[in-house]
Order: sequence, then C-alpha cells, then structure tokens
Amino acid sequence: MKLDRQHFRTAVYQTPFHPRTAPLNVLNLWHRWRDYTTADGYFDVGMEYNALRNACAVFDLSPMTKHLITGADALAFMNRLVTRDVAKIKPGRVGYAVWCNDAGQVIDDGTIFHLRDNVFRLCSQERQLDWLHASALGLDVAIAEESDDVAALAFQGPTSCAVLKKLGLAGIEMLKPFGLRVFTFAGTELLVSRTGFTGDLGYELWIAPGHALELWDRLFEAGRNYGIRPMGTLALEMSRIEAGFIAALVDFLPADRAVRTDRTRSPFELDLARMVDLDKPNFTGRRALLEEQRRGSRYRLVRLDIEGNKVAKDAFIYDARRNVVGTVTSAMWSPAAKASIALASLEMPWGRPGDELFAEIYYQKELKWSRITERCRVVEGAFYDPPRRRQTPAPDL
Amino acid sequence: MTDPKRVIVVGGGHNGLVCAAYLARAGRSVLVLEAAAQVGGAAVTREFAPGFRVSAVAHLLHLLDSKVARHLDLARHGLRLAHRDLKTVAMSDAGPAIVLDGPRVIAGDVSDADRRALLEYHRRLAKFSHLLAKQHGRIPARVASGSWREAFAAIKLALDIRRLGRRDMREFLRLATMNIFDVLEDNFESPLLKGALAIDGVLGAQLGPRSGNTVFTSLYRASGHSYCLPQGGMGALTDAMADAARAAGVEIRTSAPVGAITLEGDRIRGVRLASGEEIAADLVVSNADPKTTLLRLLGARHLETEFARRVQNLRGRGNAAKLHLALSALPRFQGVAAEHLGERLLIAPTLDYIEAAFNPAKYREHSTEPALEITIPSVYDRSLAPAGQHVLSAIVQYAPCNLGAGWDKAKHTFQECVLDVLERAAPGLRGLVVGMELLTPLDIERQFRISGGHWHHGELALDQFMMLRPVPGAGQYAMPVNGLYLCGAGCHPGGGVMGTAGRNAATAILRGPRR
Repeated sequence: MKLDRQHFRTAVYQTPFHPRTAPLNVLNLWHRWRDYTTADGYFDVGMEYNALRNACAVFDLSPMTKHLITGADALAFMNRLVTRDVAKIKPGRVGYAVWCNDAGQVIDDGTIFHLRDNVFRLCSQERQLDWLHASALGLDVAIAEESDDVAALAFQGPTSCAVLKKLGLAGIEMLKPFGLRVFTFAGTELLVSRTGFTGDLGYELWIAPGHALELWDRLFEAGRNYGIRPMGTLALEMSRIEAGFIAALVDFLPADRAVRTDRTRSPFELDLARMVDLDKPNFTGRRALLEEQRRGSRYRLVRLDIEGNKVAKDAFIYDARRNVVGTVTSAMWSPAAKASIALASLEMPWGRPGDELFAEIYYQKELKWSRITERCRVVEGAFYDPPRRRQTPAPDL
Repeated sequence: MTDPKRVIVVGGGHNGLVCAAYLARAGRSVLVLEAAAQVGGAAVTREFAPGFRVSAVAHLLHLLDSKVARHLDLARHGLRLAHRDLKTVAMSDAGPAIVLDGPRVIAGDVSDADRRALLEYHRRLAKFSHLLAKQHGRIPARVASGSWREAFAAIKLALDIRRLGRRDMREFLRLATMNIFDVLEDNFESPLLKGALAIDGVLGAQLGPRSGNTVFTSLYRASGHSYCLPQGGMGALTDAMADAARAAGVEIRTSAPVGAITLEGDRIRGVRLASGEEIAADLVVSNADPKTTLLRLLGARHLETEFARRVQNLRGRGNAAKLHLALSALPRFQGVAAEHLGERLLIAPTLDYIEAAFNPAKYREHSTEPALEITIPSVYDRSLAPAGQHVLSAIVQYAPCNLGAGWDKAKHTFQECVLDVLERAAPGLRGLVVGMELLTPLDIERQFRISGGHWHHGELALDQFMMLRPVPGAGQYAMPVNGLYLCGAGCHPGGGVMGTAGRNAATAILRGPRR
C-alpha cells in the first residue's frame, strides 16, 4: 500500500482488518497506534485476557513498524545495529534484540526475522527509518519501510496451535519457539512465526494486506470450537507484564526522544545483559557499554512480587530505611500469578534478590484515597511462564 | 621488553611529519607512509611548467608553530626564509593601491580616521587572536568528562577571556560570532581598505564577508605571525621537517599510498597499502583528513552510528582555487609601485565585490569576477623561475568543489574569468604567460587526497573548533577505534601550515588513552 500524495488528508488509517475488528468492537474502545486506529478492547477486557490464557485470542498487529533489510551486507548491518550477535539467528529464526545510540542507551527493542540469507525483517515499536539509514553508512544494504505492506495478527493462547492445524497449516506443531515458516494460504504466502508478546504459546501471522480479511475469516472459522476471541491492547498489556516484558515509552524512554540524559536506560539497566555481546568488534553503543561495565550501571530493572492485592501503579519503592530507591514502571493484579506484580526501575545497587524493598501504594475506594506500604520480593524471570510456551511439538489440544 | 611501540603515520604532510618527529624523539619506532612521490602534502613546491616551480597549495607561511620550528630545529635542517614581513597591497581599478605594513598604512589614499581605526583594529585583533593562539597548543578539554584536569582546562580558557579586561572582554564576546562585513562597516571609511581586511575572514572558506563566523576566521588568520616566503617555496619547509624527522629516527616511505587501515577485533592491526602489502603497527596516526581516514581508509562499518554520521556531515567543501602562472617577465599591476610587486597583492576592492564573488558559490557556481590573493614569490626567491622570468601564485575565490556544471566542463571558462580579472589589474599580463596551471578544489581533492579539496580538512568554524573538531566526541586526537589517531588539520587547532595539530597529537599519543 503505497502512500499517495494526498496521504496527509487522512489523519488516522484503518488497518486491513478493520472491516472485521470494527463490528466486533462493541465497547467502541480505540486508540491510535502509529497512524492506525487500534482496538483497546472488544467486549470485556477480562474475558479477552481469559480467552488468551485459556483458549486463544487474536490481536491486530498490523500497525507494528516493519522494515525489510536486504543486501550483501545485511548481516553486517544488523550486527552493527543491535547489541546481540545476529549471526546466531539463523535463517528461518527470529530473535529479540535491542539497539542503542553511541552512548549505549536503548533506542528501541524489537524482533529480527531472518527470512533468508541476506534478508531480514525488523519489527519495532517506534519508527526507525532515519536511524536505520544512518546505521547503513558504508554498508551495502537496502532498507525498505514495509509497515503498510504487511498485515499481521498475533494469535496466542493454549489452543492456538490446534486452530492453526485446523486452518490447514500442516506440521505447525513442530515449529519451535522463535522459529518461522512460510505456508501457502489462499494462493499466497502466509508467514508464521512462533513469537508473541504474551509469554504464552502463540504465533504471529504475516500476510499481504489484500488477503487480510480472508485470513481473519478462516481463522475465526477454524477456531469456532476452540474459544477464539478478538483481543485488544489492554488484555495484551496484561499478558505482557505477566511475561515480564518491557515496553517502550512505559518501562523505558527511547533514547532518541530523551531530553534529559538520566532518563534513558542502557540494556544492562533493563535487565538485558544477555542481549549484549561485547565480543562483537563493533556495534553502536559498544564503547559506552564497555565503559558502563567497567564503571557500573546506574539503574536496575526488576520484577517485583508485591504483598497484598493493591495494584502498585506508579508507586515509589523504598529501602528499609525509607529512602526512595526507585519507581514502578508497570503494575497490575495478575490473574495468572494471583499476585500484585510490577516492573520497577531501581537505583543501583538495589534490586538484588533478597533486598528488603517496600512499595508505597496509593489507592482509592469510592473516591477516598488511602496509602499502604507493602513489602516487595524481587522475582527472577517471568511472573507467569506456562511450559506450553516452550514445548515442541506444541500442545495441539 | 625494550621494543618500542610501532607507529605508522598515514600521510607525510607537514602535520604528519611533525607528529612523526615528536613520536620518534620520544622513543617510538615510526614509519611515515606518503602516497605521493615527495613528502609535504599540500605544503609542497612543484614544477608546473618547465623551469617554473611554485608552492602548490599553501603559498604563504604565517601560522607556523614557533615551538615546532624550535623543537625540530628546522633552521638546522635547511629552512631559510626568502623574505619575511610581507606587506599587503590592496589594489584598485580606480587609483593607487593601499599598502599596509601590519597596522600601518605606508602608501595610498587613506584618511586619518581610517589610520587611527586601523591601529585600534589591529590592537584588538592582536589581543583577541593571542587568546586564540594560546588555545592552539592545548589539547581541547572534553565537555562533561568528569575529569578535574579537563575542567581546569576549561576554567583556564574562561580566565583567559576574563583577563582581557572588562571592556575588551565585552568587545570580544560581542565580536566573536559576528560577520566581518558589519565590523568593518562600523569602523572604516575606505572601501578598498575594508575589502583588504575582509579577505582575511573569507580566504579558503565557504563564507562571504556577510556570513557569520568571519570575525572568527579573521582572528584565526591573525593568530600567526607576519607573512613569510620560505626559500624554495613551501616544499622547503616540509623538506626540513622530513629531514628533522629522519634525524630523529623516522622512516619515511614515499609512493606508498595506504589503501586501508586494518583492524583486528576492535583494535588497530596496521595498514594495507594500495599495492596489497600489509604492515602491522600498534598505533596508526592519520594525517589524512577525517573523512578520508574514517570513512574511506577505515570504513564507516567499523564506527558507531552517530559518530559515523557526524563525520559524514562534517562541513568541508573547498571553495578556493589555485592559479599558477609562468611569466616571461615581471607584470605591472596598475597603481602598484614596482618595489611592492613581491608583496601580498589583493584583488578585493570592496566588501560588495567579495560578497558578489561569493554569491554564485551558494548555488554551486563559480565566481565570474573572483577575489584574489596574489604572490609573485620569484621576486624574492630566484630559485623558482629561470633568470629574468617569474611565477605568479594566486588563491582564487570562489570555486565550489561540487560545482553544479562539473569542473571538467567549467574549468576553462573559470580560468578565463580569472585571467580577465588579472588582465584588468595588470594590463598586458596575458601576453607574458608562458605556462599555466589552475587547480580547482576538485583537482586539489584528487591530487592531494583531501576530501572536498579543503585546505583546512574541514571548514574552520566555531562549531567545528576546539573540542568540536573534527567532530564532537573526538576532539582529543584519539578516534573511537583503539589505536587510531588523527594528527592533521582536521583536528584542533586546524589548518594553515602550522604543525600544531601534529605536535598536539603526539602529546596526546604519548600521554596515552584517557578515561
């Protein structure tokens, strides 16, 4: 879908799935994601979440920023861009990655799809074209913005594999986590990756916009007896926090948007040290990250299990001597973990397992505000981590 | 281990030779690799017509670092001056030229008010440019480095400014970012005098008199000493430097163009010559300009994104051409006494003349009536031309490197424009021409391997000066690749034949990497 010269007359676009998502959105809950209108919820956010964790749910992912990177130096380019070693993401595989500016501060995170030799798709939250072009200096690569050219659905939940099988994607249960495969569907290519933002068994489906509605219809047809439901951003956000994933503009500020230098975070400060390969001879941010490793980081991102049942939204975190040591960036009551959980950014050295930490939570009942201080426990890994997420063959009940 | 660290200097321009000599004197094993058949870079003497030799790019010596001259004992290594304290002769179509000897008018029609103003102008210029000159030999402090030593360096600069005294400090801060047009209009009456003074602010730059930053470039030019002509041209200076370097133990290889700077992991491994020969080194110091060094020889892929982008965006498109004429006899310039023909002759009769010459350059066109700085060095240096004959060397403004029409097509037209301007100033000059060479910035780029053909290896401007030179984050000669340094005019304090960048780079290298 090429933008025509009159594109500016349209303030907000509809995704290729809009003819289906609009009638289903009985709550009429929308927000703008990039240039597209996107459903926050459809009929009941709690039920949408329940469909995701207990059956399967469909999320319209089309507004995701996508870039296609091709050329002889495509791998060299990816390796210069991101902090991890992209050579380890083989063709047919997907990898999560972050990229930094020269100061080693995270610009954005996203997923790298190694479609075939010298061809990568980079998916991200924020627009990146300028940065990608800047990073291509001296390299033989072509970078195409293809956000509008690919329609995408996240299809997640315990019955998702079974539904895809029913849809006719033979052998889908053998697709490993972070694997991708191309199927023939309705006479076109359907790219399926075993990826997602929910921390559950699930897939993402990528198709040309012209075939979007057919995909939607046949998916819902196949899922009819498997509890398939549409899911909006609010339910996705719940699952993302339970999975312990970070989100741009929520848990970290993209470095290219920051005015104040202490507002940004390095990968180390976002608990992404495993995503940084300092043995690579060059990538943007490397020298600063080597220096950070030598001097120590300023912050630590932690996952907190908070006592009680109050949601620690925007809470300050204290040490035992009542000093503020950080703030909560994402918080919720987790139905899956049956706990009040949060992601928080703490000043170093706080956030080690076993540290005594307290959240000061403000909450109201019938417009009366109250305050409570609850003990927090630092949790390693995801709050909710069902085994099906990693099983191959995937459960296809 | 007594084995000294091996250093390769890429490029044997004056800064490369100076840096090499200092490093060798400190006990390093140094190899200079020069692409051309002779050392000297853009400070060389070349034969351009049979029997006629001329300083090929730079043609006046006035910024040479006196410490370099002393430390390397250039006099002992053969440097002689053919003439010193050249006067400035501002020529006019209309009447007699004005001849300036420093702050004094020694000939020409200049009012008493202008004479007084000139003295005051020079007093301020000298005072402010001295402040600038004091920064030349210092390694620029990093901004927000967290180091006390560097904070102290910044405090020293602030103190230097404060020590100007209240009135002059105010004046300095007022003037520093102004344009030379306004300053000269404020202070002088004579259009010819104003034109002559304005030239100092625009020579070699992509600036007209009304452009901002031209007071700074004027101060920069005034930060040296008087104009001198080395005996044997500029090449004699770099020959003396090469001699001094060899005496210190430096090995110099000419006709050895470097094809690439090579890495092993994140460290310098050495260089690969265009011939394919690999030479290993612990450190590589490049006298080439920043773009050539970092983007072409090293490769942007080995740099981080923002840094590479800054280097890519470095402003440095040459705008000055160089004209060399072999003349069968000494020409006669109208209004200029015969005794002044060996001085620095200017064709810049008014401020508007220079500005009008600059206008086409904004649109990638060359001047049709360019402004010129002319020397006839053979008046004082008989070694440059056959007996009774002469060489004329002129810097011609403006000639954009990236000419819209392309230099292959336009070069002849431009050459005619320049000769017309010269013929008007010196009727009959065309008839004396027996040989000619015009170097456009594109020629300078190709022949002297300088990106954009810019003398200063990057525009000299407040936003590309001191800690911002060549680019922010690399103002201390060490590049963000372990073991790679720059030592050329692209670094602080910049271009002109100074040698200070080479000396500072050697200091930075010898004190080792800094956190």
